Amino acid sequence: MEPADELLNDQASLELDADPMRLNMGPSHPAMHGTIRMVMDLDGENLVNLDVQPGYLHRGFEKSCERGTWAQVFPYADRLNYVSPMLNNVGWSLAVEKLLDIEVPERCQYYRVVLGELSRIADHFTCNGASAMELGAFTPFLWLLKVRDWVWDILERETGARMTHSFGRIGGMAAPPTPNFKDDVRQLIPELFKVVKETEIMLLRNRIFLDRMQGVGVLTKEQALSYGCTGPVARSAGIPYDVRKDHPYLVYDRFDFDVPIGEDGDNWDRFMVRLEEIRQSIRIIEQALEQMPDEGPVNVDDPRIVYPEKQSVYTTIEATIAHFKLVMEGLRVPKGEVYSFTEGGNGELGFHIVSDGSGTPYRVRVRPPCWYNLAASREMLLGGMIADIIPTFGSVNMIGGECDR
Amino acid sequence: MSQAVLDRLSAQLGERVLETSDAFGDYEATVAVKDWAEVAQFLRDDEDLQMDHFIDLTAIDYPERKSARFDVTLMVRSSVNGQRIRIRTHVKEGEKPDTLSTIWMGANWAEREVFDMFGIEFKDHPDLRRILLYEEFIGHPLRKDYPIDKAQPLVPYREVADIVKLPPFGIEEGQPFARIDWEARLGGGDHQVSPAIGVQQGQRRTLSDSEAAQQIQERIDARMAAEAAAAKAAQASPAPEEGSKE
Repeated sequence: MEPADELLNDQASLELDADPMRLNMGPSHPAMHGTIRMVMDLDGENLVNLDVQPGYLHRGFEKSCERGTWAQVFPYADRLNYVSPMLNNVGWSLAVEKLLDIEVPERCQYYRVVLGELSRIADHFTCNGASAMELGAFTPFLWLLKVRDWVWDILERETGARMTHSFGRIGGMAAPPTPNFKDDVRQLIPELFKVVKETEIMLLRNRIFLDRMQGVGVLTKEQALSYGCTGPVARSAGIPYDVRKDHPYLVYDRFDFDVPIGEDGDNWDRFMVRLEEIRQSIRIIEQALEQMPDEGPVNVDDPRIVYPEKQSVYTTIEATIAHFKLVMEGLRVPKGEVYSFTEGGNGELGFHIVSDGSGTPYRVRVRPPCWYNLAASREMLLGGMIADIIPTFGSVNMIGGECDR
Repeated sequence: MSQAVLDRLSAQLGERVLETSDAFGDYEATVAVKDWAEVAQFLRDDEDLQMDHFIDLTAIDYPERKSARFDVTLMVRSSVNGQRIRIRTHVKEGEKPDTLSTIWMGANWAEREVFDMFGIEFKDHPDLRRILLYEEFIGHPLRKDYPIDKAQPLVPYREVADIVKLPPFGIEEGQPFARIDWEARLGGGDHQVSPAIGVQQGQRRTLSDSEAAQQIQERIDARMAAEAAAAKAAQASPAPEEGSKE
């Protein structure tokens, strides 16, 4: 027995405060990346009660959408999940295109797939790297972020911006692929594989990392379903639900890829599912590059939807008028209501949009995957220890912009 | 989404399914508010449907509609057979649909958000607080009659009982000119505290900025002189070995 314990035994009358302690974590706390507040009742180091309070990054996304044109939503959509903005761009494009009942040309569909999967890789790199960093493994974080930067270099060459691309357009993309696009991505792929392998070597047999991840933050399959979890959080709990497989959009039904699922629903499974999804995304990219046509239009051929070419806007009156009307009035979307959903970085990213037939959305509802994953984080954390909040919250990958909108 | 789900719902509920739609491939059934929770329970528990995966619950505001102002929609999915369905109900102003948070846990936060943004209250909800906005917020911003540029009043500091703030966090939070108590330090002590705190506790007077700056300058001068003297002494004696530097 430690000397200190003996001392405590001697003083039998020593009274310790046994009431739960209320502790406030966040909204500005290093472990609460993003801004989020957790109010918890602690019994020693164990969480006996927890209230997760999001909303510190609420900017009124849905309200803002109701006063611009349909195309003006793209910059807002960028800032939902700002780690993988291209996926949000494509999600919004697909939602409006579903309402317009149009389909973009094949080349554009492959282009969207490749850019989107690159974004997903960047998203998973960030999440896994940050998870490792918060447990003290700084090197994997830097290595993953180094490669994420190379991914972003490609996205920058294509779109002109590293993070907030605003590159999607209704009925196409802002620009066709650059001539070197395929070569650039093909050159990057071995590097991506290499860094995934290196991460595995560094982390997967590290005792500290294993102890903090395995069996911590467990979410059962029933809880995940009931809470509406999707994406890696749901898949790690054993739910084989991937929008790309279950409801294929774009050209995802033409690719051969696997949906990794976990068994235990703990932090470890979430980490490993993301790591494996990076590999599957690379597989998709390889196949997409193989199948993607080098020639052909990227935008639909409909002047009511797509902006005219800049050259003709400056030289012909018809294009000037078309451009003016598209920018000032916005394209007209027929009356109706759709729910369109894609696989975002964190799960099912849904856009529930209502149009009243004008150039402005009547109602835009985003179904943010983070929102329900975060709601379920209470189940993962309760009963655990306060130190487990850090790996668990990291593996949920709450993105403030998307969660709070 | 699938027609089979709609058929099963119609077979079970008959007339109580007010309307069905399959626009854009989104299969949807409209039910009355009083049937809301019952339909949800049926969707989850029926052996053919097994809609156990909660997807989303949200509302849409139609202020000009006479019959009922809000649409509340629910989307669920079956993890068993992969089918999806959207259920809709029309909710009048002030009408309270039953909560679904006892059926799917995810509905808890979704209903809190609908309450926050639209002011629709859900009957028997376990914890109906605002979720994205703060409790002092006036109005419900996603209602169409809430102006987008409306400003909210400033909220005064909340009074929290039973909390005593200890130094260095006190009434004057934030960093004063210097966190080093130069007066005490020059007097021989070495207190790494802010001079302002000393004043709060009634111990010392605050140094004015110019006084503090002057004293800092004196310390810098003294230190530079000491360093110059040390350098002179080092020049006189032989240079230290390379390895001793660390």
